[in-house]
Amino acid sequence: MKFLCVECDRQMLFEERQLPGDGTLAAAFKCPTCGRVVALLTNPMETQLVASLGVKIGGRTIEEQPLEMIRGMVVTGKENAFDESGERGAGSGPIWSMEARERLARVPGFVRGMVKRIYLEYARDRGIGEITPAVMDTARTDLGLEGM
Amino acid sequence: MHIRTYHELTEADRSGLPDQIATQRRRVAGRLASVDRVVAVMSGKGGVGKSFVTAQLARALARAGRRVGALDADLNGPTLSRLLDAAGSLTVTTGAVEPVTGADGVRCVSMAHLLEDGKPLAFRGPDGDAFVWRGAFEAAALRELLGDVAWGVLDRLLVDLPPGIQRLAELVDLLPAPPAVLTITIPTPESRDAVRRAMRFAVDRGAALVGVIENMSGPPHVGDAGADLAAEFNVPLLARIPWHPTPDVWDRLARALRPAS
Repeated sequence: MKFLCVECDRQMLFEERQLPGDGTLAAAFKCPTCGRVVALLTNPMETQLVASLGVKIGGRTIEEQPLEMIRGMVVTGKENAFDESGERGAGSGPIWSMEARERLARVPGFVRGMVKRIYLEYARDRGIGEITPAVMDTARTDLGLEGM
Repeated sequence: MHIRTYHELTEADRSGLPDQIATQRRRVAGRLASVDRVVAVMSGKGGVGKSFVTAQLARALARAGRRVGALDADLNGPTLSRLLDAAGSLTVTTGAVEPVTGADGVRCVSMAHLLEDGKPLAFRGPDGDAFVWRGAFEAAALRELLGDVAWGVLDRLLVDLPPGIQRLAELVDLLPAPPAVLTITIPTPESRDAVRRAMRFAVDRGAALVGVIENMSGPPHVGDAGADLAAEFNVPLLARIPWHPTPDVWDRLARALRPAS
């Protein structure tokens, strides 16, 4: 999928992706010549098709996690399907505030380990010493995890 | 008005969707680089005992000293982990999950490891349009089970397919090269006709047929589907498995598979 600014005959470039949380997706593209911005809006079915490919419009912002699609999209997953005790960085790195721990505990067990790792890597990459709900909110926006 | 075509637009694109797809393919290829051969266990017909044969063959190959993995590609009716006594959690390591080691050391991954007991495989998504996207999700799940599992060094990775040809088509698309295909039938003419179509599909997609196994051989089943299909496709009839096979049946079958199979 590409967008062409017909007037300038220039390929429009990806600017921003938003997942409003209603199953739809919005992606903005900008003409590098005239600055015109258009938004691609996909309906839930189209969004789902993109998700099924395991690709991210706008490019990946985080390293692909093992079984990422399965863990992110399967709703009948087993709470104890994964043993995360040997995961990279377990027991080291940024600490979790009490509130952040409580919030993490509400994430279904099937996907919790992956979500935890994503937040840890986000904090580690940015030199953040403590993961708080505010950090989690910022990470969700920065990483395009609104749907997760 | 002249509008340039998709392929004429070649400026760098931050999304890089083709590159993301290519990266997924490389991930599968890289993961399977240490697997000597992928063997898809297939039948065009349901209820012929594919999973049972897969499990017993995997165990027999392992007893014969082969390093064997078993991937349950029947995502909606997974049974292989139970047949291989490979229950447990999947251990997450750096960038991968470890298969569960079952009977005779066979390394197994199945959707049964991931799903709640008694629950079907269900995906998050809009209600009502699942027929549009569900197949794509199942193909993506198969890709992850191939590419995100630390299969390690294996002589054989047996892939237990569900009935029909859809999963084989996905497997062929995902693998760097078409898999070898081991075909299971029961003796009946009905099974022969269904399995024939699947074998023809496999050949058309470039897969190498390594042989036919006739399962549940003998009364009350009537027919000679195994021999018929083997003759038609010029492949060996590797075994006729009786209704109540003894362990030596599986050991003979493992020996009957040529080293290259």
